Amino acid sequence: MIPSKPEVANTGNVAPVVSGAPRRRSAGWVKQYGGILTGLLVLVVLFWRLSRNFMAVGNLLNIVLQVSITAVLAFGMTYVLLLGEIDLSVGATVALTGTVAALGLEHGLWLWIVLPLALLAGLALGAINGVLSSLLSIPSFIVTLATMGVFRGLAYILSAGVPITVENERFVRLGNGSLLSVPLPIWTLLVLFVANQFILSKTVFGRKVYLAGGNPEAALYSGVNVRGLRTLIFMLSGLMAGISGVLLTARLYSAQPNAGMGYELDAIAAAALGGTSLSGGYGTVTGTLVGALIIGVINNGMNLLSVPYFYQLIVKGLVILAAVGIDVQSKKHRS
Amino acid sequence: MRHTTPADGAGAPSLETRSVDKSFGAVEALKDVSLTVHAGRVHTLLGENGAGKSTLMKILAGVYVPSRGRILLEGKETVFAGPRDARRQGISVVYQELSLANNLSVAENIYANHQPHRFGIVNRRQLLLDTRKLLTSLGITLDAETPVSDLSMAQRQLVELAKALSYRSRLLLLDEPTSSLSHSEVDMLFGVMERLTAQGKAVIYISHRLEEIMRISDKISVMRDGRLLCTLPKQDTSLDELIALMVGREMRHLYPLRRAEPPVAGPPMLDVKGLSFCGQLHAVEFSVRGGEVLGIFGLIGSGRTQVMKALFGIRRAAGEILIDGQPVLLRSPADAIAHDIAYVTENRKEEGLVLGHSVTRNINMVYFQHGGARFGVVNASAEARMTRDALSRLKIRTASPEQAVGELSGGNQQKIVFSKWMGLRPRIFILDEPTRGIDVGARYEIYTVIRELAAAGTAVILVSSDLPEVLSMSDRLLVMREQRIVKELGTAGLSQEEVMSYATGAVSA
Ligand SMILES: Nc1ncnc2c1ncn2[C@@H]1O[C@H](COP(=O)(O)OP(=O)(O)OP(=O)(O)O)[C@@H](O)[C@H]1O
Ligand SMILES: [Mg+2]
Repeated sequence: MIPSKPEVANTGNVAPVVSGAPRRRSAGWVKQYGGILTGLLVLVVLFWRLSRNFMAVGNLLNIVLQVSITAVLAFGMTYVLLLGEIDLSVGATVALTGTVAALGLEHGLWLWIVLPLALLAGLALGAINGVLSSLLSIPSFIVTLATMGVFRGLAYILSAGVPITVENERFVRLGNGSLLSVPLPIWTLLVLFVANQFILSKTVFGRKVYLAGGNPEAALYSGVNVRGLRTLIFMLSGLMAGISGVLLTARLYSAQPNAGMGYELDAIAAAALGGTSLSGGYGTVTGTLVGALIIGVINNGMNLLSVPYFYQLIVKGLVILAAVGIDVQSKKHRS
Repeated sequence: MRHTTPADGAGAPSLETRSVDKSFGAVEALKDVSLTVHAGRVHTLLGENGAGKSTLMKILAGVYVPSRGRILLEGKETVFAGPRDARRQGISVVYQELSLANNLSVAENIYANHQPHRFGIVNRRQLLLDTRKLLTSLGITLDAETPVSDLSMAQRQLVELAKALSYRSRLLLLDEPTSSLSHSEVDMLFGVMERLTAQGKAVIYISHRLEEIMRISDKISVMRDGRLLCTLPKQDTSLDELIALMVGREMRHLYPLRRAEPPVAGPPMLDVKGLSFCGQLHAVEFSVRGGEVLGIFGLIGSGRTQVMKALFGIRRAAGEILIDGQPVLLRSPADAIAHDIAYVTENRKEEGLVLGHSVTRNINMVYFQHGGARFGVVNASAEARMTRDALSRLKIRTASPEQAVGELSGGNQQKIVFSKWMGLRPRIFILDEPTRGIDVGARYEIYTVIRELAAAGTAVILVSSDLPEVLSMSDRLLVMREQRIVKELGTAGLSQEEVMSYATGAVSA
């Protein structure tokens, strides 16, 4: 606001910083998440009115449980999108890392070897994407479109095309056990949410991601190693996919070569619903989490109402279109 | 210096605004502005950064719709449906920020909106022909087929000018068209402006270079805080009066006084030997001592920015760079920054800022990586302090530190590009057109900061096309021409004419 009194204007016209900041921050919060939280609330109320079972604690936990695997993927996707890139290979990575874990267990490896192994596999697969796209300058859409096929194929070959059953008790508890009557995948989701939120909003690394996504050239001129950062981000996305792979395998008591098919699209949809810009520079994991919950609520609510699957697809598509459209338009008109 | 006889119709109002207001949310950018521009005249808008000049221009160009008020074109009230509509009504514009498509050629940019075509298919031969004719008539030496991404800022500004002049318009709006240009290109532009006004066309002109304003204007309107303070005929006013009106106080000096004693003659801090790369630089050699301000001047295409990019690790060039006598390898800006080199780039929109991010984020763009963090976690209160210091020191006009930088006025954006490096305490500070678009008052602050850094031992390299600026600020001056250094000069008692004669090659060294 420009002060209208000229004598104030002559002293440099700087708005008071300290007193104004907290109010503005809360206003910014409402501005950022108000729309999407309202959307989530409307959906919850809608399904509550339509179906008596929806609001049961068990069902609500079930929604979050179902969401947890794609939400973890979507956290990784958020970093990738923030850089203005895309990772289509995460669904296949889920299958491949799950297969690696199940094979390890089948060959009698210890759990404490198998878990790091699966996560390392995720990191390595991400590193392949990162190196191809940043060092060879191939667009990430193409790179990950290709590796999506390669990773999926590898999962089929390693598992000989059939599900690998997992019998390790402690491993399957990761997907089915509970702590304080909250399922373990939900705990994993919460921990990763807090960690990623912290990394993106508070650390130097996170700030570099926003900077490099907002304007790669300005980031370079400010001393950011943009290529290195891009490789790291794809590794991070691979790591998140590895975690999802472990969770899914544990939950299903088996690794399946066709697991996680199409999850990359749910992850992208969750991030986009949460306000992450596909051209980079803007977005948060908080938004992504809310976006993932919206998708989960729609899936669950329509299942409760026994909406046929084909109609569910249509409704989901329209909701995403509407939500992102409203978001984009409102941001445009604000300025 | 101008002008001879007014053409027919000169003096009739060409364009008027009546009580125009414009606000952006809570920001009132224009308040009750009534301006009358006469045909055949050059009407200059003068005002501090953020005074509302560009906003007024954009209203006249149909980009913004005024919140209140009317616009009259040759006496008839009019409404612009958009920039295309304004252009159809005879208004052409050079915006403050470049608006060219980098991947397209010079010709395609100039005729972007009216390419010669037959049945919708572009007539390429005609396009190149028209472009060459236009460029020649303006005295611009540029190849019509070069992609804009290969051009320097100054050359891009010339393309913007040619683009605006490719329309037959009755009113030309020029928002800081000369901010990257040096003398000879400015002369060219002024020649064109005089030709247009002689034909009875009107020009609105914005610049922060005061000597230009005194040269070309017929009338001068001073703006402050979104209001039009007054309109004066050029002959009834003086530079001092204009400055006082604009900044609201007397300014005794435009440049801080030089230190009494010259910088101590120590060993060079930066030594550049035989810097070349094919066709773009020829064996550039120079050295700078700590505490010294080395000016570099040259006309368009003389290679100044290329040298700076090589020093900052962006261009790989043959040759040797020594810091404190030790050869260093600068492969990236990160390497350069690790050697305490800072670089204020000339292209703020593309290389300097993230326009959609907040003022705070942009000011701390370098600081958060160097000093503004502990154990990898950004220190928010240190950042807030940096922001506060920069905002008050350079009088950056912003609604709040959270405002997006893209919403600030051009000059205020430029101040942010400068303040980015303040957290680093650079030992070698490279400044490429650091005051582009900055008003006299804030320039003084920037000059003071530069002097202070030099006094504390920083080696400063100042590249500028603003000749009075380099002459007043540097201890030593290098003149570049055709990708070489042609002359080294001491700045005591040096005249603009002498520098220009080396820069243009009228005198060989
Ligand atoms: N799109 C926008 N949204 C919000 N505020 C804006 C916007 N455009 C301009 N402003 C504000 O309006 C005021 C006037 O800006 P304007 O660009 O007209 O200044 P100016 O006189 O051209 O300054 P300069 O000399 O720096 O170019 C500034 O305070 C600026 O922050
Ligand atoms: Mg402006």
